[in-house]
Formats: sequence, structure tokens, C-alpha cells
Amino acid sequence: MKKTFALLLALVMVLALAACGQSAAPAPSAAPAAEAAPAAEAAPAEEAAPAEEAAPAEEAAAPALKAGFIFLHDETSTYDLNFMNAAKEACAKLGLEEGTGYIVKTNIPEGQECYDAAAELVDEGCNFIFADSFGHESYMIQAAKEFPEVQFCHATGTQAHTAGLDNYHNGFASIYEGRFLGGVAAGLKLNEMIEAGTITEDQAKVGYVGAFPYAEVKSGYTSFFLGVRYVCPSATMDVTFTNSWYDPTLEKEGAIKLINNGCVLISEHADSMGAPTECEANNIPFVFYNGSAAVDCPNTFIVASRIDWAPYMEYAMTCTMNGEAIPADWTGTIATGSVKLTEINEQAAAAGTAEKLAEVQAMLEDGSLKVFDTATWTVDGQTLTEYQADVDDMGDFVPETNVIADGFFHESEFRSAPYFDIDIDGITNLDA
Amino acid sequence: MNKNDRAPLFHVAKRGALPWYQAWAIRGAALILALILCGIITSLVTKLNPLSVYAAIWKGSFGTSRKFWVLLQNIAMLLCVSLAVTPAFRMRCWNLGAEGQALIGALASAACMILLANKLPNWAVIVCMTVSSVVAGAIWAGIPAFFKAKWNTNETLFTLMMNYVATQLVAYYCVVWESPKGSATIGIINSKTEIGWFPVLGGQKYLLNILIVAVVCVAMFVYLRYSKHGYEIAVVGESERTARYVGIKVERVIIRTMLLSGAVCGLAGLLLVGGTNHTLTPTIVDGRGFTAVMVSWLAKFNPVWMIFTSFLLVFLGRGAGEITTNFGLNHSFGDILTGIILFFIIGSEFFINYQIKLTRKGRKEE
Repeated sequence: MKKTFALLLALVMVLALAACGQSAAPAPSAAPAAEAAPAAEAAPAEEAAPAEEAAPAEEAAAPALKAGFIFLHDETSTYDLNFMNAAKEACAKLGLEEGTGYIVKTNIPEGQECYDAAAELVDEGCNFIFADSFGHESYMIQAAKEFPEVQFCHATGTQAHTAGLDNYHNGFASIYEGRFLGGVAAGLKLNEMIEAGTITEDQAKVGYVGAFPYAEVKSGYTSFFLGVRYVCPSATMDVTFTNSWYDPTLEKEGAIKLINNGCVLISEHADSMGAPTECEANNIPFVFYNGSAAVDCPNTFIVASRIDWAPYMEYAMTCTMNGEAIPADWTGTIATGSVKLTEINEQAAAAGTAEKLAEVQAMLEDGSLKVFDTATWTVDGQTLTEYQADVDDMGDFVPETNVIADGFFHESEFRSAPYFDIDIDGITNLDA
Repeated sequence: MNKNDRAPLFHVAKRGALPWYQAWAIRGAALILALILCGIITSLVTKLNPLSVYAAIWKGSFGTSRKFWVLLQNIAMLLCVSLAVTPAFRMRCWNLGAEGQALIGALASAACMILLANKLPNWAVIVCMTVSSVVAGAIWAGIPAFFKAKWNTNETLFTLMMNYVATQLVAYYCVVWESPKGSATIGIINSKTEIGWFPVLGGQKYLLNILIVAVVCVAMFVYLRYSKHGYEIAVVGESERTARYVGIKVERVIIRTMLLSGAVCGLAGLLLVGGTNHTLTPTIVDGRGFTAVMVSWLAKFNPVWMIFTSFLLVFLGRGAGEITTNFGLNHSFGDILTGIILFFIIGSEFFINYQIKLTRKGRKEE
């Protein structure tokens, strides 16, 4: 008896729930419609892709584009959040709506799952696919080989210019310009501290928490350091690595190590809030990456540089829409709006930072100032006039391209991903 | 004695064996209750229609033929690791080191692919990968087994710690073989030559893996149910003393069973590297070594039931990913739903084994 009663009760609840779901919310009825839409759209998109002549005719109607985005983590990672915001912005500009116009897949590991995710996006009718993490590259190439009619764009990768595929592309930005500006802001802060007598000129040492001893990170911290020295010539720098792109604990420990080692200002290239919160607790000013930390660290956050991926995404998606070729490598600059600084936090920044940054930025934009000007840095006391970098990443580690000419290191010109991996004088690697 | 009549409202009593249909009715009721609770939470928290959320979960596994293949592949990999831990579990030997054993098998396969490429013909590389990964997994399980058999060390802690050693070893070799320099990622191994890649059967990338695991599953079922070894494992699991009394060499059974356990884990590592990923990362096993514990337990250590329990876990996981993508929810929400469903399913086992008796007022209990 009891059992039948329980069963009856369960049945009633299920029915009640179903009834609620149908009557109360008008939204659900929209959901099935939205689900049906991709299937309907997929067909014309597939038809249009092979026959490019047909594309312009349809252009007047709905854009022949459906974008898929593959992200390593979700919005809890500052790195991925930066990409997610850019994707939203770029898609909004092109009139794409989530679900029908673009699809986002988060928490996709750097393995076969990335290929599966890309293939599933193609199944859902996507003809443009973007992945945000370095380790996704091999799997994006695998998918690009299998789906030649779909455009694949990969941020921070190195292999597009040697992969020989028409539909696989790398994008990056000259973030070294942004880091240089961040360095200038840091140098001004050091100067202020020297003038105030809190430190001497010799104590002007900055610290840097890096992820991996990899060209992208080395290029980043070297440009930051050159920015610091541009305004504060006596400065030196200590670097420590976490060997992880995202590890709040290790990043915090890295910051502690640097502070104990006498660093009076810190910057970083890793993706968590580990280092900033430690700096705030110790009242150590810092320059951040990926986004502002002014809310969480109001007393110590000076400024942050970040890559704005929206211009690249918008450009590549527009190309896909119009059936134009996307270059194998695309490097956004401070002039294209791909490299940005956040608002300066006046509470922590030195007086006059905004004016100085505007002045330096103008010089970077018109080319009168080069970040990696060989006159400003040395290796073992020598100025370099030639340097062979491993631009063609064939897995052989054989440097094949001379990247120093006209008195400066040509970063991100021979391919979009950075290849500056020189250890210059004045920077000490604490982990070496 | 004045408050003697305040007996508890109910008490729990062990049940006799239930007929199968009643047991399944309880499991079914638990699943329905779990779905109802998930529905209520979904509509309260996200204001979405729970039915469309359930539809999305379903679509995550069965939406397209590709999703279905991915589902099968994930089931196969989880099942493979679950099959590996099962013989040890039946022996009441808690091998929690499946993660590390599979990882070390993956490391061995990747090492063969990298070091033997262009030195041996492709088939020979694959043979070397198979042998070395199975042996590596067996060694990784054999070390704690040897210590347990000789000195009765705690295998739970020992195997757990071996996981960390394996993870760090793999992290180290990721740096040794990294490409490009400094990135600590290996990328796809032999992407041009495809040396050491498993052949693709019938145009389906995952078919070979699935077939191999199916064979392992049947073999494991037969081994545990019908072989002398299987019987010895069961006896040792019931009581070591009885086993000794009837003349079973307990130490030998422990070591032999753990070696088997590790070898199948090594095979899982081989399938992950040679069959699908063609790379090596410290996270390549993706927690399957621990999920396998649940799969094996839920199926009561029965290899055939494990097909269903691994299906359930993979299905829920894929569904969680699908609702994240479809509704712009955080991945954690899918995990919450999965947690609720698993809680009810595991909880239902309690009601199958025990019954709750209401204490009737005014009546003396027997």
C-alpha cells in the first residue's frame, strides 16, 4: 500500500513539474526553436562554403557565419575571461547571437578533447573555430586537416606559417609594447620611491612571476624590464617561474619569494590572482596582466596591460564571412587596438604616470621608439648585432632566422607568436 | 523508567535479499526522485525549464553520431581503468593507484613513440609500446603489492603516493621532450609520420580502442567468474585465514592480482597515447583512476554491470558539458546535477540492503 502511494506521489510531482514548465515560462518554447535553428542554418552554410560564388548572393540575408570558441578554462581564469569577453564583443559587433550565431565551449583540455570539441562545433554548423590555449594547437591542426572548408584560428600558436594549410591561422598581439608601457609605469613608481627616500637607487629591484621559461614569457618580462629601465636606469630584476599557467598557490609563493629577496615592485605573467593578493597584503605595488585588479587590490595595483582579442576575432570572422583569405599569421599592435592598458589606479601609481604613458605610447605607435632597441640592452656586456631565432617551429630547436636588423630585435614579425628568448644583463633568474 | 515510552520514531533493519524487480524499482524511484530534485534546483537557480536541460543532457551523448562515438570512447577508457582496479578490489585490496599506473603506461608508450621513431618499423614500435606500457603499469602496481605481501604495508596510502610520483615523472618528461622549448608541452607526437599511432578501423578513430576494451571486459568477466585465479581472489577477499587454511598462497595471490591490475591500467595508458591523444600530459588520464573506484563499486565489482555504471558516469559528464555550452552556465552547475544524481543512486543501495521500520506506538517490539 505504502509503495503504491509513494509511486502515486512521485507521479503527481513529475506531472506537476511538467505542467509548471509548460505553462509558467514562455522562455522554454523559445529554446526548442533556438535548437532547431542551427540545424536549419547549417544546411545553407555548408552549401555556401564550397561554392564561393553563391556567397555574395546570400550576404544580404543572415551572415553566412557561425563561430565556435574553444576555451581552456572558464571565467574563473583571468586569461580565459579576457578571451570570453573579446568573443562576446566581436560577435556582438557582427550581429551574432549566442546559440544561433556562435557557440562557446569551456573547460576543454589540451588533448584529444580539443579535436572532439572542434569536430562537434563543425557538426553544429560552425564554419569558423577559435581556440585560446597554446596546447590546443596540434589538435586544431588535426581538425583543420579534416575539415578544409572550415576556418581555424588559434591564439598564441607557432605552427601556422609552416603547417601549409589554407584554413589554419595563428594570431597574437605585440603585447611586448603593452608590457613596456607597464614597465614605464613601474619605473615611475620606483623613481617616486627613490625620491621619497623609501629606497635607494641600488635597491630599485623589481620582481617578476613568470609561468614557463618560454619565449612568450621571456619576451614579456624583458620588455617589461626595458620599460622600467627606460625611466629608472638603476633598476634590476629578479624572475621566478611557477611552471604552470594557472596556479594561485604557486604564484602567491613566487611573489613571497621575490618580496623576501628584496623586490620592491612586482609584475607577473600567469593567469591567477595569486600574486596580486599577496602584493596587496604586503603593500608592494604591482603591474598586472590580462585585466584590472583595482577592485581587489586598491592600494597596490598600478596598471595592467592586456591583449584585446576582439579586433583579431572580428577581422578573422569578417574574412570568413566574405570568403577572403586569412593570413597565416596576424599580429595586432597597440595601433590596431589589440594591445591595451587598463585604467591607471591613481591611488597606487606615481604622479604624472598617465602623461608619461601617453607620450611613450605615441612614440611606440609612430615607430620612433623600439622596445627591443639593441642600444638599450646587452648580453654579457656585449651589444648584439645578429641573433638566430627558432622561428620555424619544426620540433628541431634549430634557430634559422636572423631577427636583429636596423638596430632592433624584430619581435612578432616573422611569425605572430613571440620568439625573443635571450637572457639579457640585469635580469636574474632565481630558479636557474 | 518514567520516559520509557519515548522510543525512536523508526529504526533501521537489515533486509533479506530482495527480488530483483523490487531492487530495480527502488533504483528507478531513486533516479526519478533525483531528476525531480535536479529539476527543482534547476528552475529555482537558473530559471530554465528543467525538461530542456534534460533534453540537452541527452543530446550531449546522443545528439550526433560523432557525440555517440565520443561517448563510446569515453566509456571504453573509463571501463578499461575500472576493469583494472576490479580484481584487486574483489580481493579487498584497495588499489587507489590506477591513475598513476595508467599514467606510467602512457609515459612508456610515449617514450617508445619518441625514441624508437625511424629506428624500427611502425609495427615493431607498436609492439614495443604495448609491451612496455603493460609492463610499466604492472611494475607500478607491483611495488606496493610486494610491500603489502612482505610487510603488510597499507596499500591504499602506498598506491596513492605512487600516483604523485608518476605525475611528477610525466611532468619531468614533458619538459625533456617539450616542443617548442620552454613550453612544457609535447604536442602531437610523430604528427607527420604517424609512427606508433594505432591503425584506424573502418574510418572510425575510436573503434579499435572500443573493441580492445570490449575484449578485456569479457576476458576479465571470465577470469573472475570461471578461473581458478578468480576463485582464489574471491577467497582471499572473504578471509585471508580461510585462504591460508585451504592452502592458497596469499602473498602470491596479492602480488599476482596487483600485477594484473597494474597491467590493465598500463593498457589504458597505451590506448590513451597510441589510440587517441598521441601526446603525453600529466593530466592525460583525467581522474579516471579515481572515477573508476566509483564505477567498480557501483557495479558491485561485476565487469558486465560496469559497462552500465561507466556509461552512467560518462553520460552525466558529457551532459554537464553540453548544458554548459547550451545555456551559458558554469561547468560547476552540471557537476552539481551529476552529484545529486549520484547521491541518490548510491543512496538507493542503502534502501536495498536495509529497511526503515516505523516504531508503532503502544506496541512492544519483538
